Amino acid sequence: MGERISTRVAYGRALEEFGADENIYVFDSDLKSCTMTAYFADKYPERFFNMGIAEANMVDTAAGMAACGAVALVHTFAVFAAGRVYDQVRNSVAYPGLNVKVVGSHAGLTVGEDGATHQCIEDISLMRTIPGMTVVVPCDGNETRLATKAILDYTGPCYLRTGRCALDTVTDQFENYDFELGKGVQLTDGGDVTIIACGLMVQESLKAARLLETEGISARVINMHTIKPIDRELILKAADETGAIVTAEEHNIIGGLGGAVAEVLSSERPVPLERVGVNDCFGHSGHPEELLRHYGLAPEDVAAAAKKAIARK
Amino acid sequence: MEEMKKRNLELISCRIRKTALETIQAAGSGHIGGSFSIAEILSVLYFDRMKVDPAKPDKADRDRFVISKGHCSPSVYSVLALKGFFPAEHLKTFRKLTSDLSGHVEMHVPGVDMSTGSLGQGLSIALGMALYGKCRKYGNYVYCVMGDGEIQEGQVWEAAMAAGFYHADNLIAVVDNNKLQLDGPLEEVMSPYPIGDKFKAFGWNVLEVDGHDVEQLSDALKLAVSVKGKPTVIVADTVKGKGVSVFENQVRFHGGHPTKEEFETAYLELNHKIAELEG
Repeated sequence: MGERISTRVAYGRALEEFGADENIYVFDSDLKSCTMTAYFADKYPERFFNMGIAEANMVDTAAGMAACGAVALVHTFAVFAAGRVYDQVRNSVAYPGLNVKVVGSHAGLTVGEDGATHQCIEDISLMRTIPGMTVVVPCDGNETRLATKAILDYTGPCYLRTGRCALDTVTDQFENYDFELGKGVQLTDGGDVTIIACGLMVQESLKAARLLETEGISARVINMHTIKPIDRELILKAADETGAIVTAEEHNIIGGLGGAVAEVLSSERPVPLERVGVNDCFGHSGHPEELLRHYGLAPEDVAAAAKKAIARK
Repeated sequence: MEEMKKRNLELISCRIRKTALETIQAAGSGHIGGSFSIAEILSVLYFDRMKVDPAKPDKADRDRFVISKGHCSPSVYSVLALKGFFPAEHLKTFRKLTSDLSGHVEMHVPGVDMSTGSLGQGLSIALGMALYGKCRKYGNYVYCVMGDGEIQEGQVWEAAMAAGFYHADNLIAVVDNNKLQLDGPLEEVMSPYPIGDKFKAFGWNVLEVDGHDVEQLSDALKLAVSVKGKPTVIVADTVKGKGVSVFENQVRFHGGHPTKEEFETAYLELNHKIAELEG
């Protein structure tokens, strides 16, 4: 198992690593030591703009730069990136199709002790519903590095979700692990059920698959790092070959990964689907691990959902 | 200013109004009041001050223009057609399903630098363009026209703070102070006054002009580019619906459509004024 690192730190390092292109401009809103744009800011101060605690102005200033041809990246907590500046992202980034990357850090319950006001569980849903947006949720540090490179290489609006807590690196255990926007990755094979996960729930789902294995259940695990455009073919293949699907995400069960998978299945392969996520309620202060257990996002919860889906076949 | 030049800029202002009115009439809807109050501002920007070339609409180091009040698209599209970015004939497709000329300004139209429509965002966008021009050493200027009602949006003041902080002296904003908004007079709905003092407090150079006097507008814009170290805002005293007596100072013509008779009266007045200036 590789380095324990948060996706936000991995992102910050990747931005510094791939930030040499003189057309890349980075904006932050007084959170550079949280979103980890500080690495880029130290190395390329002439292309870093701290806009203060004024997210709406930050997004549109970046949009203005992108309208002139820049690659512009904006940074704040996910709860503000997707919520507070939804209108700016919708009307001045996505509608004109500008090359602005919206990076929301500290997403999900695992913000921890700061509590519900900062625990964004709606960002995937909000960003996914905007026409033309690409939505990416990397699962660990290694994948975050690859995802950062991919969104910089892609021309167009993107939302990238990162998290606060250090996570195990799991993707480096898979040989030739690669990242392509819009292509999910099948991590393990299995014939009884498929668990489709994103973000930190990918490693919790791998643990769930091991739990299921002890009970003689063979679970396939897919890392769906791109929520939009969703990898329809990979979902349909899993539905055909395993006949039951579970989704797992650190997000509301409404509108996120579970919603995206449900949309594909309901219209093309209506196999049993169970969605693991925050059950349409706000979070609370607490330790990240404690919160994941409390809100039903532990490996045991994913395994239980898998058995339920199999029983509905 | 030479008399010939002044007359020509006034003539263009009238043609902007006439073309905008024809565009609105063909579409069956569109915002007259705010389109008419900025006619002189657009005339001076496009035919006197801004370095833009209709033959090279994508030139990287061109001056740029952001109409923050995107609903004033009839005048903006009209000035672009008069400048030669696209044929005037195309204006007849305004607000139609098959047209690129949407109800609010659309950046994929030749000559349009940014799509706008959601109020309060243009100044931030123009700031981004201005900062980019500085980073790339273009030596260009970015102009942003805002409505006076629009500056009720808090984001405008975030942008004002940031532009002052970053000494964006290649950013020039114009506030179209026509004193009316959709629900009525600004002073009754929500007063943003005093405007100039607010910008000044954020580190801006503030100029105040008669927004229908092309000479004053031209002089102010010329002065603005000479000011170093701070952005400039020109508070332009204007009349909503200016140039047609039945439209002037009428809240109804923020977005309302004239009757057949009102259209006829308006064309008579505009044609008369145009003939006078041509004569």
